[in-house]
Amino acid sequence: MGLSAYLTVSILLFTLGVICIISRRNVLYVLMGIEMILNASSINFAAFNRFNGGGLEGRMFVIFIIILAAAEAAVALAIVLNVFHLFHSVKPSEADLLRE
Amino acid sequence: MSNTHLQRAFYTLLALATLAAMARGLAVAGAQGLLFHGFAALTLGGAAMCIWERSVVRSAFSLMATFVGVAGLFLLLGNDFLAMAQILIYVGGVLALLLFGVMLTPPDLDERSLPRIGGATALLGAGVAFIISKVVGVGVRTWAVAPKLPEPTTRARDIGMAFLHPEQYVVAFELAAFLLTVALVAAVYIARRRRVDFQGETASSEGQA
Repeated sequence: MGLSAYLTVSILLFTLGVICIISRRNVLYVLMGIEMILNASSINFAAFNRFNGGGLEGRMFVIFIIILAAAEAAVALAIVLNVFHLFHSVKPSEADLLRE
Repeated sequence: MSNTHLQRAFYTLLALATLAAMARGLAVAGAQGLLFHGFAALTLGGAAMCIWERSVVRSAFSLMATFVGVAGLFLLLGNDFLAMAQILIYVGGVLALLLFGVMLTPPDLDERSLPRIGGATALLGAGVAFIISKVVGVGVRTWAVAPKLPEPTTRARDIGMAFLHPEQYVVAFELAAFLLTVALVAAVYIARRRRVDFQGETASSEGQA
């Protein structure tokens, strides 16, 4: 398959991630959408790496993206649990202490 | 249309689209096309199900299909190390964390709002269609034509050497290690419960104030 096939899958996955973030009202869906977006960018890096000679650079980017996603998921889960204890809700719109 | 009908229509549509894509892939590019379209359908179908499903648990599990599909795409791109790392870390780690989050918060059923999903899809769909037609579209005519590429020669050993080579990625590697340490310690610190819990008792890991 050519490069454009992978780019199309990537752009569609990115779009689905953004739709997931803006259409659901639960913090966990926001996290899932972020994971989709990170995966889409990983596909892009891997595809460009493959069609540019298959060196190391693209792979390194993907590995660091995966590392960042793992760290982000751990911290985000801790924050979600804390926000839930504080507000008894997992809807982002209800965490509005600063507004008062 | 009742909810069951809607659900059934959605899954029928998803299955039909998957089969059509795989058949077309087999027709235009043989076995590789079949695999590519299968993994692409797994990726995008999992993401679509994640948006569509009403229960958070099912959404999280359908995200697993997305991760496995992306790992398959990595395999097709000749990146076997990345595929394994993807499955180990995403399916084994990130998804497990997400499921912890799902299990520790109350289930929010019946919050799918079709107008919001439809509005977001319409808004983004127009932009994405434009980008695909203008930017990616240059190559759509040669969609299934794989250029003659040399076989990838990088192996996992080369990646490990590059991580520790002073002139390559050792700084980034150490920074990533530092970041992971800080992030995980911070996550444990933040998640430690030290305020009033559900029953209104003063729960504490630090003793009473």
